[in-house]
Parts: sequence; structure tokens; C-alpha cells
Amino acid sequence: MFPSQFEYHRAASIKDALDLLKQFGDDAKLLSGGHSLIPMMKLRLAQPAHLIDVTKIAELRAISESHGKIVIGAAATHDTVANSDLVRAKLGLLAEAAAAIGDVQVRNRGTIGGSLTHADPAADYPATALALEAEIKLDRDGGSRAVKAADFFLDLMTTAIQPGELLTQVAFAPIPSGTGYAYLKYPHPASGFAIVGVAAIAALDRSGKFANLRVGVTGLGPKAFRATAVEAALAGKAADAATIAAAASKTADGVDALGDIHASSEYRSELARVYARRAIQAAVARAKA
Amino acid sequence: MRVNLTINGQPRGDEIEPRLLLVHYLREVAGLTGTHVGCETTLCGACTVLLDGKAVKSCTVLAAQADGASVTTVEGLAKDGKFHPIQEGFWEEHGLQCGYCTPGMMMAAVDLLNRTTNPGEDEIRHALEGNLCRCTGYQHIIKAVQYAAEKMRATAGR
Ligand SMILES: Cc1cc2nc3c(=O)[nH]c(=O)nc-3n(C[C@H](O)[C@H](O)[C@H](O)COP(=O)(O)OP(=O)(O)OC[C@H]3O[C@@H](n4cnc5c(N)ncnc54)[C@H](O)[C@@H]3O)c2cc1C
Ligand code: FES
Ligand code: FES
Repeated sequence: MFPSQFEYHRAASIKDALDLLKQFGDDAKLLSGGHSLIPMMKLRLAQPAHLIDVTKIAELRAISESHGKIVIGAAATHDTVANSDLVRAKLGLLAEAAAAIGDVQVRNRGTIGGSLTHADPAADYPATALALEAEIKLDRDGGSRAVKAADFFLDLMTTAIQPGELLTQVAFAPIPSGTGYAYLKYPHPASGFAIVGVAAIAALDRSGKFANLRVGVTGLGPKAFRATAVEAALAGKAADAATIAAAASKTADGVDALGDIHASSEYRSELARVYARRAIQAAVARAKA
Repeated sequence: MRVNLTINGQPRGDEIEPRLLLVHYLREVAGLTGTHVGCETTLCGACTVLLDGKAVKSCTVLAAQADGASVTTVEGLAKDGKFHPIQEGFWEEHGLQCGYCTPGMMMAAVDLLNRTTNPGEDEIRHALEGNLCRCTGYQHIIKAVQYAAEKMRATAGR
């Protein structure tokens, strides 16, 4: 199994990558960790004539804190994110999700920019990016724009990225202390991809009622989504087990649940309800701790 | 295109097709057949090598991506005619039967041992999640890694 022929280009800078994208247009694909693209090329599902490798652009690999945000370069690997002291201290949810991706070999290659762009319905990052209200920066020749995670995922493997755009970084507000979080997933036993994965962030007020709750779900539908019905059902409510369970039962409502040989749509929906309940409870337990 | 890299400490350069996968480069161009090809679909881990010190599945890395990097294969584990502790561990603890998965298992284990020489059993199992073995039932592989970790701790403590 090997890909069809292509020319390989190594971008030295963001500008270089954008110039190459402009030069080769639709014939080119950006290459980051290659752990979605190379398998697709081996199956000849993708046959780009030009690959533009962005992983040697130092800026794209960096993780930093600036203007009160944690900024992660698109080419930061899952392993780097999972083990970054900064991410672990201030964005624990993201570190947990990164550590849960695939296996160590996949984490050593795969990158956050590639994962968000590929927008696999079973990928882990999209649920956390939604729950953390990440802001995704897209550069193009002569400008850039920031897209909210909520506006980024459009459909099955389809995002707001336009031709000629390069995802350069993802910015997150740090999780405030006293706020609890959890990412729980039911992994596919072979690949590790999420059959269902739920990211929850919860803050409680003094009386133990929900002051803030955000729930991102992956694996269930064609794209990751915020479980707004669950969030609304719990707004201002007591964070006890029965209330949480009742709200979590709405997780799959109105979602066009995927069904395949690994899990039927009914089973996936049930998993989503169970994992939402557990993730919210785990986040609440941490918020109280 | 040309790639220049270091394999097991030896620099080398070759003219290659950009689509050549690292595993085929290692086996067919560099002649290092210790790295095995199992599934070709990033699932079995038989093709695991270290790329700049990190375990990767070389069936899903282009040789072109390794340009400028340092690659370690199973052939590079032994030093000065002496087994690496992980090789000794597989030998002593019967960590293999047919041996097909073994080079990949050892390279994934070395990534773990580079991070910690005091891994718990859970950590070892987690670190080897990307490697499949059809023979051993894994139990002896875990013991082999524990053996290596203990040996490395003892050596470091001396
Ligand atoms: C065996 C296996 C198990 C896996 N398990 C999981 C799992 O459990 N959970 C999970 O979430 N994922 C999993 N993955 C997917 C993995 O996380 C991929 O690495 C990730 O989806 C893609 O990231 P990449 O850096 O490899 O991107 P690539 O494969 O290099 O690129 C993916 C797509 O994004 C585009 N692209 C890349 N970078 C940019 C950029 N900066 N700007 C614009 N477009 C860009 C590419 O052109 C391509 O279309 C698994 C993969 C494998 C092979
Ligand atoms: S041959 Fe590479 S993972 Fe199986
Ligand atoms: S020893 Fe035979 S596959 Fe592992």
C-alpha cells in the first residue's frame, strides 16, 4: 500500500506555506502529522499532486501564553499537548483529551491542527474545542481571521476552512480554578477513536447550583456538537445525581446519530447519554474538590 | 528527491520517490529488515521505530518527513555487542514466541522507558496499546518491560 505520486514541499515559514498553497491551488494538500492524510492517500481516497509539509515551521509547533490565552500552534503533536506543563496546569481538559487519542505512536505524530481540520466525527479534540470555546486562527495570503469552534465544524469532515487558508493556531481561555472538567470516551478497541466522547466543564455557585456548564459531544453525529439541551436543562439547577441524569438523557435528542458496524445509532445514542451523565458528574466532583 | 538522515547513528543520504514510506525506505533502501510490516494501516505497531527519539509507526510516515531526523531501529538497540535492557528483558522473560511483533514492541517500550524507568503495569499496558501480538497474550511482554525498567534503574543508581 503506497500513495500515488506527488511532489513534496517543506514549508519554511507560514508565508512560504501560503505561497505554495497559492501556487498549487487545488492540486495541493497541507501535510501535518499525516496520520489522517497518509492513510487516505494509501487508500487512494486522496491523491494530491503536491504535499506541503508544515511541521517544520517553528511557530506552528509552539505552545505559549499570551494576552491571557493559551495559544497552541497547529503543528503541536498530541503528545506535546498532553505533556505540556502549561496545558496541564491551565487547560487540563485539553491535556486529558490529547492523552486519550489513539496510542502513543499516533500521539507522537498527529497534530491539533490536522485533527481539527480533518474533523473526523470520532475525533477527540472537537468535543473539547467546543466545550472550551476555542478560537481557531486561519491565515491566508494577505490576512487572517479567527473562527469560534462553534462556527468551525460544519458537517461530516467539513469545516469553515476555505481553499488557500492555513490553520495556524488555536487559542483557549484558561480554565478558572474552582471549575471542574472531564473528558470521558468509549474508545474503539482497535483504533482508539471515540465511539462516543463527552467533554464537560462545570462551575457551581455557593449553593451548589450550576453557574456554568458546557458539554461537547463527539462520535454521536456527523460532527461534534455542544449538547445545548443538556446545558439548558441544568442551568441554575442543583448539581445532584438525579438532576444530572435527567438532563443527560437529552444528549442525543434531535441528533442524526451515526450507525455503523462498530455501534448502531441506538447504541451510540445510549452511550452518549451515559457518557454525558458520567462526564458532568466527574466535572462536578472536581469543581467541588 | 534527496533525503539526508541518521539511522542508528550513521548518517546517510539517498535519492528517493517522495511517496516512499519510511518503513520501505528502512527495509529496502537501507537494508534494515528488522523493522517489520504487519497491517500497513497504522494499527499493529510492527513497524514502530524511533523518530527523533519518539516511537512512530513507520508505515504511516513518509521517508521525506524523516529528512534531517535521527531514526533508531531495532538494529540500533544493542551497543558495543551488548543487548539493550529491553532486549535482555524479552530474552529473559520469554517476551516473544514467533517474534513478528517483537521489534515494534521493543521500540514502543523504549519510548516509554525514555520517559520513565519506573512505570506501573497500567502505564506499560497503556504505552503498548498501539502494538498487537498474536502469540504471547502480552503477559510476558509486560514482564520483559518491567525487567528492563528494573535493570535501567539499577544501572542509573550505580
Ligand atoms: C491508528 C490511528 C488511531 C487514531 N486514533 C484517534 C483517536 O483515538 N482520536 C482522535 O481524535 N484521532 C485519532 N486518530 C487521528 C489522529 O489524531 C490524526 O493525527 C489527526 O486526525 C490528524 O492530524 P494530523 O496532524 O495527522 O493531520 P494530517 O493527516 O497531516 O492532515 C489532516 C487534514 O488536515 C489538513 N491540514 C493539516 N494541517 C493543516 C493546517 N495547519 N491548516 C489547514 N489544513 C491542515 C490536511 O491537508 C488534511 O486534509 C487516529 C489515527 C490513527 C492512524
Ligand atoms: S505495519 Fe505499520 S502499524 Fe501495522
Ligand atoms: S510474538 Fe508472535 S506476534 Fe507477538
